[in-house]
Amino acid sequence: MNFKDLDWKPLALVPVLALLVLPFIGSASTWLTLTIAGLAMGMIIFVIASGLTLVFGLMDVLNFGHGVFIALGAFVATSVLGSMGDYTSSQSLWQNMLAVLPAMLIAMLVAGGLGLAFERFIVRPVYGNHLKQILITMGGMIIGEELIKVIWGPLQIPLPLPEGMRGSLFLGDAAIEKYRLIAVGFGTLVFSVLLWVLTRTKLGLLIRAGVQDREMVESLGYRIKLLFIGVFVVGSALAGLGGVMWGLYQQNVIPQMGAQVNVLIFIVLIIGGLGSTTGALIGALLVGLMANYTGFLVPKAALFSNIALMMAILLWRPQGVYALGK
Amino acid sequence: MLSRILSNDFPRSRVLAVLLVALVLALALTPFVFPGVKALNVAAKVMIFVVLVASFDLLLGYTGIVSFAHTMFFGIGAYGVAIASTRMGPGWTSILVGTVVALALSFVLALLVGLFSLRVRAIFFSMITLAVAAAFQTLASQLSDLTGGEDGLTFKMPEILSPSFEFELMGHAFDGRLVSFYLLFVLSLVLVLAILRIVNSPFGRVLQAIRENEFRAEAIGYRVVVFRTMSSILSALFATLAGAMLAIWLRYNGPDTSLSFEVMLDVLLIVVIGGMGTIYGAAIGSGIFVVAQSYLQDLLRHGSDAASGQPWLAALLSPDRWLLWLGVLFVLSVYYFPTGIVGRLRAAPTAAALRQPPEEKETP
Repeated sequence: MNFKDLDWKPLALVPVLALLVLPFIGSASTWLTLTIAGLAMGMIIFVIASGLTLVFGLMDVLNFGHGVFIALGAFVATSVLGSMGDYTSSQSLWQNMLAVLPAMLIAMLVAGGLGLAFERFIVRPVYGNHLKQILITMGGMIIGEELIKVIWGPLQIPLPLPEGMRGSLFLGDAAIEKYRLIAVGFGTLVFSVLLWVLTRTKLGLLIRAGVQDREMVESLGYRIKLLFIGVFVVGSALAGLGGVMWGLYQQNVIPQMGAQVNVLIFIVLIIGGLGSTTGALIGALLVGLMANYTGFLVPKAALFSNIALMMAILLWRPQGVYALGK
Repeated sequence: MLSRILSNDFPRSRVLAVLLVALVLALALTPFVFPGVKALNVAAKVMIFVVLVASFDLLLGYTGIVSFAHTMFFGIGAYGVAIASTRMGPGWTSILVGTVVALALSFVLALLVGLFSLRVRAIFFSMITLAVAAAFQTLASQLSDLTGGEDGLTFKMPEILSPSFEFELMGHAFDGRLVSFYLLFVLSLVLVLAILRIVNSPFGRVLQAIRENEFRAEAIGYRVVVFRTMSSILSALFATLAGAMLAIWLRYNGPDTSLSFEVMLDVLLIVVIGGMGTIYGAAIGSGIFVVAQSYLQDLLRHGSDAASGQPWLAALLSPDRWLLWLGVLFVLSVYYFPTGIVGRLRAAPTAAALRQPPEEKETP
């Protein structure tokens, strides 16, 4: 890519926001703690939002039911981790990983499986009709949430972090929770893999081409529907993974969490520009940082700060920071 | 005369006309025909929902955009009356002041949300309204000094509307609830007819044109953003008035009664079941839905008791899970019943009489 063509302004938003807030917070160590927390939260939100933004970009389908996969992933994780007491109570990080990784894997499988069914029965009949899509996927969301209540009960369930992931590291005066670093690591891994698949493989080439011009890809003989189903399933699985990470971050899960996170994701997608993966990353990091900074400075305004951020971005770029050209 | 009252938008189906007349009569005569407090409450809820749903239909059915913040405006209206009546004491002035302030707030909020989201694309509107509504709900519970937090506010109405005001009419004893019931009845009738007038005005035709083909409407020379924003403001204002009616009737308001997402879901479901893009659908839908809802939970309780042998089935049929069944009903109605009751009723006689194939919709 030619460096001159790079639209760098949105990329600069994240560090600029972080630096702008520094004088308000005062102490550098608190700032560092908050920034790491914000990045961790942002990375988790990105993992969840990435699937949704691809689905929208590729097929012009806006899935209001994405939250179901988040909640489902988190609830599956409570069941899996609950049955692996030996590994979660161990002090060793690696033994903890042996519990968390299968939990993530199973959550992704279950969420992906549900995604397959969701695509077939909820989304497919209403392709090309935004109004019905919004209504139907919202209905699917409600059904999913109620089914989760039927299976796991309507109450909040604790999802404690495995022993080895608790506690904090100290960097000077700044306390940094271990799990936040792990979350940032996982998020970066997902982003790198996603970016690699999208930009360096033939599959990614087809997906990006499909986002640009679906009919052209179809007329070249590729079955874009299969591609789309694949993206939808992977997107749902990523939401499940994000749900596990979110649940561990909050250390508890409730059936309504999907709807709550959905609100955050929508803000992220609007900031990032619907359909753009890098935009989603920037949006997610901004939202994560903003939530943590305002949570520290003016706790009552936390949710409004995100809406204010979104409005500011929309004033600057009405389509979101990286708009798709359609 | 009738044509003027109905804005030249007749039911266009004999069954529908009969249903509508029956609904209006049933509502008007409820206090005399159906005894008991529950029937009166159900009838009042129907009247409030008719206005709320009709105002939502202005947005969803006529303009073709989905808002998830409709209950926010409903809540603003209810909180306006509630807060004014708590702070200024019961009286007509507090109702008036509360309603006017609420209308102003709704106007500003709807204008802001509309301007920010609708100038890009209609989907943004749905997403942003969802976020704003969630934030507003949190705000309403947090500002407990003003709104009473999760507990909500209980307040008094002017003397003539309160149950303690008793009077005798033609040998029967009545109280202030009857006065407030008929106040609601008149308000609801006037507001619904006003909405009917709006959708059948030239302005309403432009909204429908935008719904059918945004691009073409813009090409003809209508500023789509302006019309969509105006439609969203109008719909918000009517929802605010419906909220004020709710507060007058309940003499209580809290986050669950007016702001919760479940109310939003009810509204969505009624619009779809009644028939999107028909104000009569809102009326018929509200009537059927509110009555059914009041008894659905009882039905589920019976089912759950009967299935107590199978724990899974019992859990599915538990009265707490009625939202699940509403959700299923909702999805099924969007698929198989997209024009709703009114659409079906209107389509049936013409199709049978003329034996014509249904009109093909022109694709953009």
